[in-house]
Amino acid sequence: MDILVFVCAAAMILCGALGVVTLRHPVHAALSLVLTLFGVAVLFVAQNAHFLAVAQVIVYAGAIVVLFLFVIMLLGVDRVEDLHAEPFKVQRPLAIVSGVALAGLLIAAVVASQHTNVAARGAGLPGVNPVRNDLHDGNIVALSKDLFSGHVLAFELTSVLLVIAVVATVLLARRSRGIDAAPTDGQAT
Amino acid sequence: MTPTADVFVGPPIQWSSLSPMLILLGVAVVLLVAAALTPRWPRRTYALVAVGGALAAVVVAVCLWHGRGLSAWSGSADPTTGSSDPVRFLVGGAMRFDAFALWLTVIVGLAVALSVLVTDDYLEREGLSRLAPEIYALYLTAGLGAVVMGMANDLIVLFLGLEILSLSLYVLAASHRRRTQSQESALKYFILGGVASAVFLYGVALIYGASGSTNYTRALAAFVQNISPHRSEAMALAGVGLLLVGLGFKAAAVPFHMWAPDVYQGAPTPVTGFMASAAKAGAFAAMLRVLVVALPTWSADYRPIVWVMAVLTLVVGSVMAVAQTNVKRMLAFSSISHAGFLLVGVEAAIHDTTHAHPGDGVPSTMLYLLLYAVLVIGTFAVVTLVGRTGDGATDLAGFRGLARQRPVLAVAMTVLLVAQAGVPLTSGFVAKFGVITAAVGEHSYALAIIAMVAAVIAAYLYLRIMISMWVAEPDAADAGREPVGTPLLTSIVIAIAVAVTVVVGVAPGWLISLAQHVR
Repeated sequence: MDILVFVCAAAMILCGALGVVTLRHPVHAALSLVLTLFGVAVLFVAQNAHFLAVAQVIVYAGAIVVLFLFVIMLLGVDRVEDLHAEPFKVQRPLAIVSGVALAGLLIAAVVASQHTNVAARGAGLPGVNPVRNDLHDGNIVALSKDLFSGHVLAFELTSVLLVIAVVATVLLARRSRGIDAAPTDGQAT
Repeated sequence: MTPTADVFVGPPIQWSSLSPMLILLGVAVVLLVAAALTPRWPRRTYALVAVGGALAAVVVAVCLWHGRGLSAWSGSADPTTGSSDPVRFLVGGAMRFDAFALWLTVIVGLAVALSVLVTDDYLEREGLSRLAPEIYALYLTAGLGAVVMGMANDLIVLFLGLEILSLSLYVLAASHRRRTQSQESALKYFILGGVASAVFLYGVALIYGASGSTNYTRALAAFVQNISPHRSEAMALAGVGLLLVGLGFKAAAVPFHMWAPDVYQGAPTPVTGFMASAAKAGAFAAMLRVLVVALPTWSADYRPIVWVMAVLTLVVGSVMAVAQTNVKRMLAFSSISHAGFLLVGVEAAIHDTTHAHPGDGVPSTMLYLLLYAVLVIGTFAVVTLVGRTGDGATDLAGFRGLARQRPVLAVAMTVLLVAQAGVPLTSGFVAKFGVITAAVGEHSYALAIIAMVAAVIAAYLYLRIMISMWVAEPDAADAGREPVGTPLLTSIVIAIAVAVTVVVGVAPGWLISLAQHVR
């Protein structure tokens, strides 16, 4: 049963991810991102991380992809971008080859060290917690404890990051008199 | 964390040790809120507030440095570096607080202060002063990110520091709203930086998978317990490799340097100086921390990688710099070759992990970062002035006849360039001598020789700029050019940079012995 759920969710994630990069239409790409995020949510459920799964669906599949769609709509759905500019002809095949090679290496690395990590988990190393199945409603408590004890600094730094993102957006998007005149270097912006 | 579920006790927060970072963040936020709620402040006030904040962080860091032996230290001597200097862990082990962290805070604080001063005149000249408070706030937050990167004791905290730094820099690179080049460079930096961050994050995930923790101390403990020559630890090694890619990108080390020339050339010139100083300091501090503190068990595996990266960075940086005609691009490649020298220091620091007696790898690298930061900001301040309105005249022709028009500025630039080349009696020589001595001390003779040859090749590029300033005759096209202005704040920055370069070059002893505390 576990393996069946995993295979289905993994297939969803991979199909969605491939769709994001291969589909021509930006709206379709955004929708296949939903598929990927939903697959990840299923994997979270399979790991008994129910809270994360719900947050994944509501925040990512719900809010963020909708935001993407808004942006795509605002920019114009029908705009066609020419992606065929290629200064060096060898670039694309070379990128495919090295990408596949890198993926192969990483998969080999993870597969090769599988048995070691099973052993490590059995040895009860610090920080390696065995998967607990009795946390059906303790999820949020465990998560919040982790977040506000060991990771409280990371939590606060994330808020700093969000503040910077807001300032950055305002700085780049705000129109003000005297600044947005014609470009000084003679090219159209 | 607590045994009983009812009472939650958070980790202790050491406010005094965190205060340099809190000052950087606090001044940034106050600047943003105050500027939004009040009418326009008089000229230069925004800059002075930001500079005050950055210098306050430096002063607090210096006070903490002097108070290290006196205050109550809860930590004991750090076994991983063999240093007698105590290390304290902050906020539940998320950060390390020691001489290294304070040294980095001083570098970054000075870089922010000097860059803001140059930027103020730049914004005035380009008619962008309306954006001033936001831009200064972003300088401060970028500095915060760099400090967090160096102080982190957890890969997640390191990643957040990296992102805080990167996000601020992307926007600073785009901050010249009317220059298309500025926007283009920011977009390139953003997309490539996003890929590098993703690679870094995957490395963090693999390290977590192999060790069960993102915390440096706990990951190290797990690796030490688990280590055995018969076990395949491919996952941890793959993670180490990916972390090296992510950090190498930020540090602009070859082969992850592709973004640097375009971004350095396109970004507003004061921002370029800031990228070459503070961002580099953050990246190298993080690299030293991750490699030396968190992952010394794998040092035999990644040392050859760092060696190859150092050689490539030295050679490509020096050779490509010679082929350029735009001064900003030349200095971009020169900063890549400086990254090569820093990697020589990092390689020596990695050797240190294998034996009990601590070598000079870490102190010499951190000293290099400090001296190079002042040097490169001064150099780019001169380039900012020579770029003239529009920030476009940064090709070699723009420097023609500078010695006749602004002899003092030309002399200052010459001193800074000579220092970058590493000529004795300048701070550049002290820095380069330090890392090469450290490499020789660890018997990396080949690397030391390659570094010295690269320094000789790179000297040619600095000579070309000097020839353009002093020897080349101005032609008819130069007659109609706008004269090079020398506004007050930028002149002060250049004067400080030259003074530091000469003083440290002539009397380096005190700074070198101070740097010995940095382990």
